Amino acid sequence: MIKINSKKLAKFLGLKAVRLLILLIVIAAISFIMIQLSPIDPVRAYLGQRIVSQEQLAIMGEYWGTNLSLGERVMGWLSTLASGSMGFSLIYRVPVTEVIVQKFTASLTLMVSSWIISGIFGFLLGVLAGAKEGTWIDKVIKTYCYILQSSPTFWIGLVLLMVFSVYLGWFPIGLSVPIGQLSDTVTFWQWLHRLILPAFTLSIVGIASLTMYTRDKLISVKKSDYFLFAQARGESFWGIIKNHGIRNILIPAITIQFMSFNELFGGTILVEQVFAYPGIGQATVAAGLRSDVPLLLGIVIISTIFVFAGNLIADIIYQYVDPRLRGEDDD
Amino acid sequence: MTEAPWYNKGLFSSLNLRQKTLLTIGLTGLVLFVIFICGWLIDANLPTDFAMKMQAPSFSHPFGTDWMGRDMFIRTIKGLSLSIVIGIGASIISSFIATILAFVASVNKWFDEFVSWLIDLFASIPHILLIMMISIALGKGAFGVIMAVAFSHWVNLTRVLRAEVLQINTSEYVALSNRLGRSKLWIAKEHILPLVLSQIFVGTLLVFPHAIMHEASVTFLGFGLSPHEPAIGIILSESMSYLAMGAWWLAFFPGLALLIVVLLFDIIGDNLKRLLDPGEANN
Amino acid sequence: MGKLLEVNNLSISFTQYVQGLNRHDLKVISDLSLDIGESEIVAVLGSSGSGKSLLAHTILGILPYNAHVTGDVKFNGEILDQEKKEKIRGKEICLIPQSVNFLDPLMKVSQQAVGECKDDNERKEKKIRQREVFAKYGLDESVDDLYPFELSGGMARKVLLSTALLNDPDLLIADEPTPGLDSKSVEETIQDIRKLKDQGKGVLLITHEIDVALKTADRIAIFYSGYVIEINKVENFLNSDNLLHPYTKALVDALPHNGFKLTEGVQPLEEVSGCPYYENCPISSDKCANNKPELIEHDGAMIRCFNFNKAVSEEVVDEVVSEEVVDEVVSEGPVEESVSEEIAEEVNGEEANDGA
Repeated sequence: MIKINSKKLAKFLGLKAVRLLILLIVIAAISFIMIQLSPIDPVRAYLGQRIVSQEQLAIMGEYWGTNLSLGERVMGWLSTLASGSMGFSLIYRVPVTEVIVQKFTASLTLMVSSWIISGIFGFLLGVLAGAKEGTWIDKVIKTYCYILQSSPTFWIGLVLLMVFSVYLGWFPIGLSVPIGQLSDTVTFWQWLHRLILPAFTLSIVGIASLTMYTRDKLISVKKSDYFLFAQARGESFWGIIKNHGIRNILIPAITIQFMSFNELFGGTILVEQVFAYPGIGQATVAAGLRSDVPLLLGIVIISTIFVFAGNLIADIIYQYVDPRLRGEDDD
Repeated sequence: MTEAPWYNKGLFSSLNLRQKTLLTIGLTGLVLFVIFICGWLIDANLPTDFAMKMQAPSFSHPFGTDWMGRDMFIRTIKGLSLSIVIGIGASIISSFIATILAFVASVNKWFDEFVSWLIDLFASIPHILLIMMISIALGKGAFGVIMAVAFSHWVNLTRVLRAEVLQINTSEYVALSNRLGRSKLWIAKEHILPLVLSQIFVGTLLVFPHAIMHEASVTFLGFGLSPHEPAIGIILSESMSYLAMGAWWLAFFPGLALLIVVLLFDIIGDNLKRLLDPGEANN
Repeated sequence: MGKLLEVNNLSISFTQYVQGLNRHDLKVISDLSLDIGESEIVAVLGSSGSGKSLLAHTILGILPYNAHVTGDVKFNGEILDQEKKEKIRGKEICLIPQSVNFLDPLMKVSQQAVGECKDDNERKEKKIRQREVFAKYGLDESVDDLYPFELSGGMARKVLLSTALLNDPDLLIADEPTPGLDSKSVEETIQDIRKLKDQGKGVLLITHEIDVALKTADRIAIFYSGYVIEINKVENFLNSDNLLHPYTKALVDALPHNGFKLTEGVQPLEEVSGCPYYENCPISSDKCANNKPELIEHDGAMIRCFNFNKAVSEEVVDEVVSEEVVDEVVSEGPVEESVSEEIAEEVNGEEANDGA
């Protein structure tokens, strides 16, 4: 069904790649400068509580480049990045890339599962509210979304933790891995057991914006001429919602969901903190609190790529799945 | 088709809805003001009473007490008051940035491109991460948080204002002023600013809820206000240590109170928007 | 001849909240009565945006929720309630919509023409039928797989017509089928609709283009400010003397000179206490200001006016005046002599009869 003009796609992706490259360079430079200007002293951060002599400090300073000018340090950092290395994490004592791969994979399960759940339920709730516009179902769903949009993610997490873990005792209170067990010996069920609550928190927060968007879209479809004509042709209400409503709002909804990677990542940071889930979010907080500058900068870059990827997919869907836009390409 | 032109006469001829809207704004504003003033009057050093520590909510302590026997209701009000101050500071600065950038974008095509690029740039880093970075760079604390929140929340308002300024710029009277040799700055000040002022005002109010929520979030993560400050984020972060003991009130009420304040600001913003933009009120 | 569709005293109003929380009833259609027989085309002619499409929406039961409807609609003698409307719409009564916007932009046209099906068997049958009808209107198989935005204006019109005819309805409602079409396509549309009449179908044609109404319809209902003010046979529209309402007369008189502009003159938007045409009427009397004329039958036509036959019912002096008016109109009018003379005779004859 999807005809793709490969030449056009190549050009499109090429342009996007250039954009991403420029974006990454600028973000890497700016975040590096921000950290350099901050009160964080990399030498002190590296040494932690250890006490060293003045000479050693000078040597360390040279190693970290504190005696170089800001411009030189930025260039140095960018060239290190260009060589494919993000440096060495101070807290994990392994290369930053390694930390990120490991933590990001853990978080990805959390993010993907909650993204899918919020996508499906957000869409369905939106369709229901839009179809039943003005009824009590619509009002309940609208109120739910309104309140959720105003509530801090981490507080929702705390409340769920109190109810399901502390009060009901259904889920563990923290830690992705039971204490005293190596992470590779965790069974699938143990892992799932610990994933449910954070994923659930992340999804119920993510539902709100998608639901409101879907609802508004469906209401505008209901006001369209083609909806009226389908009714005039004797099609049933839910038949029209299914055949014409969903057909016309599914693509925009998926697009919006892909564009929500920004909020998804932010939510993950908070949720992981609440549930002590050892993923990229916790690593971010640890890196920030303990001045692990290389790791923090690495995470900034990775999260930028993550958000960019979401927007890129949204763009591609928008441009290549809608027959109206596809048609223009074929000429 | 069924909408005759007289239908859209605007809100100011319609006293009923207008009064209702104004009343909502007034009452909500009053509640927030009372919270703010109460918090202001409360001494930051709350009396500790270890005999009364970790009390569940009761008549004398509606929100319970914490591990030092401090009343959680008073701590929460104090925290909300601080949140409001930070929210006000951050929103004003962020709408200031947005206004400047919107006008910069209107200078010429290159500046416009630059502002669009800047918007893309800021939108491409996860919000929380951006706030964390800025706050770290500025050495955390109230100043760091206000600036961090301000510098990460100008994006939406800038988009709106940029479009608005662009539209006004193509109008007849701006073209006339141009021909009369008025400077760009004069046009911006005399023609454009008065027209976008209401938008700026509403935009500032709409940034509020986000600002408060994000301040609490970064503070919760440990990148905002210092642990000595009576902030909601700190209270909630502290509560984490006592959750397993079943001290649910330490997290529940302060968070709920924050949620209500955010909702109240949302309500003011929405109502004000309707008041200034009657087209939407008709729906 | 049995009546296929009868609309009796139909009024449609909308409840809106304006000026804050004041309720306002906006009357769009007032006291509309109309009938259509088999093999008959009736046009409802009114200015664009005057709400005449809502007549179609009422018959099909697709009005928005805030619409308030009084009066009744009968189909084959049976009163249509909402349930019945839902049952027969798309089957016995079909709508030919005005533009390609009435097709789902993301669905192939053949799929839309086939529509909702209960099972695969029904889908197969309908698919065959769809191909037949499409072929009949010169749409080859390549059209089946097109999306609405890929259709040309003429093609789109044929697709819409075929879609409406798929279920072989008895009554078709064509809602503004011609705007935006080139003159060749307009001509084709008119021919297509006339052919439907030959197949024994009834057609309700809703339009704001008087020439389309004149070329297509058997009878024309004039829609003015929410009221039907006159329903007359199309032949009578050749000469304004045969028409009854002063507005219709003015309309027809204006036709060849100025081109056609129905929106000219202000049609009152608000509810008026008297005749809606009172402000612009040349023959208005005091009675018209505060009393609403009913739609009454007169010599096979329907008319909503107190004074249309003033000359007949009032004294002789009036008759003379009205004759002068008629003379004036005739001498200025572009209508062929012979016809106008004939009509003048007829009119005089009638007047004599009525007066006797």
